Amino acid sequence: MSRKIVIPFGPQHPVLPEPIHLDLVLEDETVVDVIPSIGYIHRGLETLVAKREFTEYVYIAERTCGICSFIHGLTYCQGVEQIMDLEVPPRAHYLRTIWSEYSRLHSHLLWLGLFADAMGFENLFMNSWRLREFVLDILEETTGGRVIQGSCKIGGVRKDISNEKLASMAADLKGFEAELSDLSDVFLHDDSVKSRLVDVGKLTRTDAYDLGAMGPVARGSGVGIDLRKTGYAAYRDLRFEPVTETAGDSYARCAVRVRELFGSIDLIRQAIEKIPEGDIEVKVKGNPDGEYFSRSEQPRGELVHYLKANGSKHLVRSRIRTPTLTNIPPLVKMLQGCELADVPVIVLSIDPCIGCTER
Amino acid sequence: MKIEEQTTIVIGVEHLIGRVEQFRKGGYRLVQLNCSKIGEQFEINYCFEREYRFENIRIVIDFETEVPSISGMYWGAFVYENEMHDLYGVAVKGMNIDFQGNFIRTSVQYPFRNPSFQGEGPCQEK
Amino acid sequence: MTYLKRSPWIIHYDASSCNGCDIEVLACLTPMYDIERFGIVNTGNPKHADVFVVTGSINEQNKAVIKNIYDQIPNPKVVVAVGICATSGGVFRECYNVCGGIDKIIPVDVYVPGCAARPESIIDGIVKSLGILEEKRLKMKNPDTGQSSTVGRK
Ligand code: SF4
Repeated sequence: MSRKIVIPFGPQHPVLPEPIHLDLVLEDETVVDVIPSIGYIHRGLETLVAKREFTEYVYIAERTCGICSFIHGLTYCQGVEQIMDLEVPPRAHYLRTIWSEYSRLHSHLLWLGLFADAMGFENLFMNSWRLREFVLDILEETTGGRVIQGSCKIGGVRKDISNEKLASMAADLKGFEAELSDLSDVFLHDDSVKSRLVDVGKLTRTDAYDLGAMGPVARGSGVGIDLRKTGYAAYRDLRFEPVTETAGDSYARCAVRVRELFGSIDLIRQAIEKIPEGDIEVKVKGNPDGEYFSRSEQPRGELVHYLKANGSKHLVRSRIRTPTLTNIPPLVKMLQGCELADVPVIVLSIDPCIGCTER
Repeated sequence: MKIEEQTTIVIGVEHLIGRVEQFRKGGYRLVQLNCSKIGEQFEINYCFEREYRFENIRIVIDFETEVPSISGMYWGAFVYENEMHDLYGVAVKGMNIDFQGNFIRTSVQYPFRNPSFQGEGPCQEK
Repeated sequence: MTYLKRSPWIIHYDASSCNGCDIEVLACLTPMYDIERFGIVNTGNPKHADVFVVTGSINEQNKAVIKNIYDQIPNPKVVVAVGICATSGGVFRECYNVCGGIDKIIPVDVYVPGCAARPESIIDGIVKSLGILEEKRLKMKNPDTGQSSTVGRK
């Protein structure tokens, strides 16, 4: 039997946009065990609930992560609203849904770019990010911020989108969709992409479910969980099905995300079609008292904000369980038995977001 | 409008393993574990879900009480248990992967037990 | 500055940022903003770099890492702090694990404000830092005459 060696991977590694550290135990070229350790960008922001009033904490919640910041804000607001029994106006629900789906588009395109880069496919990286700018432009026009939107508040949203703008957004989606199909063809059918992804980093359906995989990682292994099905925001009025693939390899996870891009476009179209007129916020009176596990579907999987309040201006506890944290055990399983050269692709295939994970 | 029903049942530490076993047998997935410090006690929530039905069990313990690990039933629970240990100093017994307090490396030991804040004055004193 | 004489290379490190500024730094490299048209290249190796771009604030874990990268960059070098976190700690400055802005441990030449900093201002900040880099280079060449900063400009 050959000797075992340990190779540290990270924290600063070219394919990682953010620092994560893995100790890889190798036997020859095969990874036999993986020990993750985090903490490079741990800030401890959950403790800030004691410093910020519950209405201000939205800004902290949004800055948990700059990629899915809107959905963090939404989930936090939704939690407080559930505790306080606030009835958010339907138009606000629809606007939230529209922004969530644009965030998903931007996040998935960002990931596709990074993934292409990890495969050494620079042209594809550039093209994904070029398309992503279209989404960011819309976010900026409608909310004022490119990556940190700040448009969600407790009781509703801060800004309305005019009906003309909504109509033009719907019209613009057409050209975007066409460009997107060109891009997705490369990801789904190109031979060199396939050769890097197919059968790499397998995760069986049972493992995915038992280890708590969420989001595209779970759906790539055939587990059809999608928290949008619980019907928060306006999702209860919209038609969609969770996208699933069955192979459970990196290619399947990539395919899930590519197909979800089109799903998001469809959801935006439906939402723009159905959006009702009316107010966009309700007044917030008093302080929250109670607790709630607010859950939503982020681009990376299930997000849980646990909020506990005691009737004062400050929450007692906020706990943010991000999708990457729950996807770490499946990642460890995927890496066991893989080739050293495939490690970067497999790590990226769960779409790690360390800023979220460590908070 | 309520989005979903969420049930919370408070149980004693000694019943924890039995209850978790039931969830496991019932095909539930582990959503998360989390610890909060309420007064001079820890509240630990164990959340499970099956087909979008959310259930939560809770134990309330003293700072010193040892908690049995559930990583034998839910392999992935080690991330939460290590996190609980590193942030709050909850003693968890029998974790499958025990980082010995090095999972989240923090500047102070058990920072969430008594959160401290800084920078109350001007941002940059030179 | 009307043209650049050199091709400065940048290295980017993500301290404890929320990613918002990181992805904006990355966005600068992509076709929409295309920082490479200035001859600026992103590198992963500190020994190749001239400009050190840092996003996010300092915490206990990454203090040593940042200091280390800074020391590895050959002289002359400039540091650009991108985003309000890197400037002062931003919204997180009260968190127990955050020590504050980058200037607590290494000297910073250009601060780029914003949360998140916009790609336009990041590019502006990096281009500004190139002027400072040029000054530092001249200073290194002839230490006694001090800065003859006009030489580097057209
Ligand atoms: S300045 Fe704002 S966007 Fe940038 S890292 Fe800090 S919190 Fe995130």
